[in-house]
Amino acid sequence: MSIEFDNNLPIYLQIMNYIKRQIVSGLLQPGDKIPSVRELAADLQINPNTIQRTFQELEREEVVETKRGLGRYVTSEESKIMAIKKEMAGELLHQFIHGMQELGFKNQDIVTIVKEAVAADGSKDRKGAHPDGHIAES
Amino acid sequence: MDTLLKVNGVSKRYGSKQALGNVSFDIGPGKIIGLLGSNGSGKSTLMQIIAGLTPSSSGEISVMGKKVGRETRSLISYMPDRPLTENWMRIKDAVAFYSDFYADFDAQKAREMLDFMHLDEKSSVSVLSKGMNERLQLTLALSRNVNLYLLDEPIGGVDPVARGKILDAIVRFYSEDSSLIICTHLVRDMERIFDEVMFLKDGSIALHEEVESIRMKNGRSVDDMFKEVFGE
Repeated sequence: MSIEFDNNLPIYLQIMNYIKRQIVSGLLQPGDKIPSVRELAADLQINPNTIQRTFQELEREEVVETKRGLGRYVTSEESKIMAIKKEMAGELLHQFIHGMQELGFKNQDIVTIVKEAVAADGSKDRKGAHPDGHIAES
Repeated sequence: MDTLLKVNGVSKRYGSKQALGNVSFDIGPGKIIGLLGSNGSGKSTLMQIIAGLTPSSSGEISVMGKKVGRETRSLISYMPDRPLTENWMRIKDAVAFYSDFYADFDAQKAREMLDFMHLDEKSSVSVLSKGMNERLQLTLALSRNVNLYLLDEPIGGVDPVARGKILDAIVRFYSEDSSLIICTHLVRDMERIFDEVMFLKDGSIALHEEVESIRMKNGRSVDDMFKEVFGE
């Protein structure tokens, strides 16, 4: 595992986000066991108490659960994982909207720009997919 | 919170030079503490006084409630900034030396650490590079089962890759209910393994705080704080 840390921000928050990203992207599946405090601390060369705190916070948010004597596991509740996705999307959106507002765009303009960008991106994806479709047809 | 180490009003003079002035702090169990300061700030002096190797001019220090001295020798493992091993030794002689000398020495742990550090028991201490020697000293210091470990510049003379290996070993092999005080001026390389840091400036504690709260409150790294306090 590798992760670039920013020493200017609390490390436990960065590791929380790192684990959440792994869950959302499917690298960690629902019900998967997550590494022990000591393993992760050694792998990332991070203070074990910081890792401990990361896990406690993830437990509090019900992203991971502890099974007594067995270790910690990614939640198997899909709704929880969906909630993480929404939370992360929310952060991205907030940054984006804030950035656009700083550039002087009004909310209505932002919506238009996003619509156009999504449409452009979508057509690019379809073009990308086109050769496959073509082969299937012929 | 329990106190593992209590330092109360410790001062040290060398002739007319004041090396430490009224230093006080407490350390709880299970913590990795960074003792940070520029050269000549009194870090090594403080470590030696805590280790019971140098007497303080005034003040008191206790480890697990016992006054520092003969009784605390078995509670503290000290890795000095200069090797304690002799040049005639092979690595296995150095391990045997520690094993004979300290009843709390864990030979099994030493073997595991040597293996992890890629140190060959048959190598002669005199042919080890500076970095390899630091690995050996760290192995010897951490293989004792004690309550408090004092490491003086464990990554002082090694390149960045070897630093990673040493940090890895510290995190992997220290026992969780003991505490470590690590003295260094390489703040950026080490700050992520600390619970708390103490800045020692001109013989006094200029700051003693949890590293995550430094980042949270100030939005900046310990390294940046260090540069500000020490005006680099």
